[in-house]
Amino acid sequence: MAEHGVEGYNNSGVSTQLIGDFIKVPHEHPWRYEEGGLTVTRGSAWSGPGCHDGCGVLLYTDAEGNLVKVEGDPENPYNKGRLCVRCLGVPEVTNHQDRLMYPMKRDPKDRGKDKWERISWDEAIDLVADKFLEIKEKYGAEAVVFGQGTGRDIAAYITRLCWSFGSPNYVLFLSGCACYLPRVAGMAATAGSFWVADCSQQFADRYDNPEYKVPETMFIWGNYPLRANSDGFYGHWVVDLMKRGMEVVMIDPKVTWLSVHSRLHLPIRPGTDAALALGFLNVIINEDLYDHEFVEKWTYGFEQLVERVQEYSPARVSEITWIPEEKIVEAARILANSKPATMQWGVAVDMTKEALPASQAIVACFQITGNVDAPGGIIAPPEILNYAGGWGRELCPEETWVKRIGLDAYPLLNFGFQIAQPDELRHTMATGDPYKIHATWLQQNNVLSCMSADPQEMYIGLMNCDFNVSVDLFMTATIMATSDVVLPAATFPERNGIRLGDGVQRGEVINKVCQIGECKSDMEINLMLGKRFNPEAWPWENVDEMFGAMLKAQTPYNFEEMREVGPVYLPFSYKRYETGRLRADGQPGFNTPTGRIELWSTFYDNAGMDPLPYFEEPVPGPTSTPELLDEYPLVLTTGARPWSLFHSEHRQVARMRNLKQDQNVYLNPTTAEEYGFKTGDWVWVENVYGRCKAQVEVTNIYPNPRIIACDHAWWYPEGDPEKLYDSHDLNVNNLLPGIPGRAGFGSNYKTTLVKLYKVTPEDDTNGYFLGADSDYLSQALDGKGVPAIQQLVDERTKIMEDVKKLREALEEAADTQE
Amino acid sequence: MQTPKELNARTAAKYGLLIDYQWCTGCHSCEIACQMEHKMPVGQSGILVHDMGHWPLEEGGDNWQFGYLAAPTTMCDTCAERRALGKVPTCVQHCQAQCMEFGPIDEMAEKAKSHKDYVLFTLGA
Repeated sequence: MAEHGVEGYNNSGVSTQLIGDFIKVPHEHPWRYEEGGLTVTRGSAWSGPGCHDGCGVLLYTDAEGNLVKVEGDPENPYNKGRLCVRCLGVPEVTNHQDRLMYPMKRDPKDRGKDKWERISWDEAIDLVADKFLEIKEKYGAEAVVFGQGTGRDIAAYITRLCWSFGSPNYVLFLSGCACYLPRVAGMAATAGSFWVADCSQQFADRYDNPEYKVPETMFIWGNYPLRANSDGFYGHWVVDLMKRGMEVVMIDPKVTWLSVHSRLHLPIRPGTDAALALGFLNVIINEDLYDHEFVEKWTYGFEQLVERVQEYSPARVSEITWIPEEKIVEAARILANSKPATMQWGVAVDMTKEALPASQAIVACFQITGNVDAPGGIIAPPEILNYAGGWGRELCPEETWVKRIGLDAYPLLNFGFQIAQPDELRHTMATGDPYKIHATWLQQNNVLSCMSADPQEMYIGLMNCDFNVSVDLFMTATIMATSDVVLPAATFPERNGIRLGDGVQRGEVINKVCQIGECKSDMEINLMLGKRFNPEAWPWENVDEMFGAMLKAQTPYNFEEMREVGPVYLPFSYKRYETGRLRADGQPGFNTPTGRIELWSTFYDNAGMDPLPYFEEPVPGPTSTPELLDEYPLVLTTGARPWSLFHSEHRQVARMRNLKQDQNVYLNPTTAEEYGFKTGDWVWVENVYGRCKAQVEVTNIYPNPRIIACDHAWWYPEGDPEKLYDSHDLNVNNLLPGIPGRAGFGSNYKTTLVKLYKVTPEDDTNGYFLGADSDYLSQALDGKGVPAIQQLVDERTKIMEDVKKLREALEEAADTQE
Repeated sequence: MQTPKELNARTAAKYGLLIDYQWCTGCHSCEIACQMEHKMPVGQSGILVHDMGHWPLEEGGDNWQFGYLAAPTTMCDTCAERRALGKVPTCVQHCQAQCMEFGPIDEMAEKAKSHKDYVLFTLGA
């Protein structure tokens, strides 16, 4: 099978060569069969609704073609017949009466009003294509922004749509791209690939594979996998491995089932993960617990790292992180002495402003201890399509590509990442600088309720556009407030597809079993529109043919064949740095400039960044802005995952809502007593930037009275559409300014300073968003009279001034040449 | 559905639902699987996950009482229809921690002796 591997090697720094055998899983049943009077169809769950995982599911349909039940597929090694509540409840999402069923349009002057008019697909596609092409003609393709929600199944198709249209401005409006991408970018730059916990997910025979080794210890860092099921990691693999003897070290401010069942729980102050990792490195290096042979042979810049970590003694790290010193030392020793040790890291790492040095420090703990590409350590996931890199970058012409927003301010965006910088794009949309954005395409993206920091600025930016199109499953606050055309998207049981997602990829398909209204899949919608924008880029008759072409690029199977044989496991071996399979040139080593894991990064150095990992105090925070503590004494973290809700989804699905009924702010009993609050009280959670409403839950699971937590992405689908379903009152992102890290990656979503006070009948709403004609100043550009915040504003201002000078110099040079 | 008379009658146990609650993570999959299998209205279920509380066993320490336990309700019909198709009860199949087992009462009772933290629910037909 070698020919597939070499041909398909994706040289963007996050993929590995596929050399070896493709392994099929034997099935008792064909992909579609009858059982008890129902038709059963096998496939993957990918999504929406739901998460990033792609569990093996059996979809049950009745004689009328209705989806009546979803079960886990016991023959799929990924989840072995198990499912979480969200997938079990999928029929009640797919069949929900409030689904968007047909395309609709609305006069732009009626934005915010529930005045939609049903239109046909032909009219909708004509309308969108004509309008977008007209804007391209008048202002250039860069004037249209293509934004997606959380990166599930549409990344490949929306990037291709964006780039084949000719726009460089593909974006996730998450400040600092602060989910997954900072870790992926950081790892690609310093270690040549992304690295994930080895839970045997790359093997069809899983834990029984003779090459596999159960990790001795797993460090769970910045996520709660049992609920989150993030990034191609089925959370309960942790429990599978615990039953097989693995121990856990849990790094989480909260007491959970996992922390209680861990060998060690490190209740960290939110936003200080980098300091903890540097403290671990300090102990591991100074106590001489690292893997000398690996460090010597395969890493670069160890001496400089040794010097840097001296700044992070366990005593100092204890002061920063609020974790007892002896626990830090003990955890570091456990990490170094566990053979192998692995880590399951998550979004809390990305959601610190300086996420790149944080991830660099965290992964270094596992690199210098020799756990890289080792059985039960951390592995580079084999991929069919480079998930993080998008699909079809070459389609965007060079003359618009250089106009990508944020590119000149954040050069790291060039390194295999073809995304526009979300915070700069948010400012651009609100201000028209350096050019005006005229239209948006928002796909599966309830950006005003969930994703965007500073939703007020986001709203102004969207309202500044002449034409906004949304594609979604349900009506949302974003669509109601700002869209002019809405296209109804299919849930996964309504579509064919392939899962080429985050984490370890497999050859696996999604199978259509039902049709709801006039809904179409995101892929079909993009294929239809893509043919209008740029037919050569979309040569396929239908989506199945398109999927086949994507699969065939790297595997022996087309869509129909993969449906029969899938899931197919990709060629995999350990220690690929010894065999040359981590590099395009086939040479041993890692896919970095030095061929080694760069503890001191040549790439960061070239980009003018600090080449070594470091910690920066979160702003605002108890250390960086002590002057705020009198008024805002509490450290707030946000966004912990509930069982039944995925981001802003599922609020209208009664069975899921029954498990989690409202937005809560979680207070330690001491804190609650101090404020005189009890469970059920409605309070405002407020910081220097803004506020949101939440219902108090008094709980001892946040043991530190100074740390509180708030849910995220709340809105009331049952509420008044013209009050935007109370989204503006509930959205915790009102408190988040969206100031990215120096590299353009990372943002403090999970740490700020707040105060609490009761919601009263006189003061129970933020009111509607302010209009574009208000004197609203972006939160990120407002120093609030606080020196530490002003410093961040000044840093950004300086970068943008330099960028402006550079642009002017380039233009001048070009003029002279002419 | 059982009548009050049936509810109050003593019936011999035939099956056992054995739960290793050392591993129950409280994920609610058993509940939702049961409800969807039997098309139950929201709020009703043949099995419910109970919060067994959470508190530190010593002040400020890391050893906590922290756990969950799933328990069948009177609406549990042991997934008889489903079992007739050769499948296990849906709660057992979908349990994410794989800490539930269903079988003849004697077999399950025997297994329950093997270590602590098992709980055995005895069920009729």
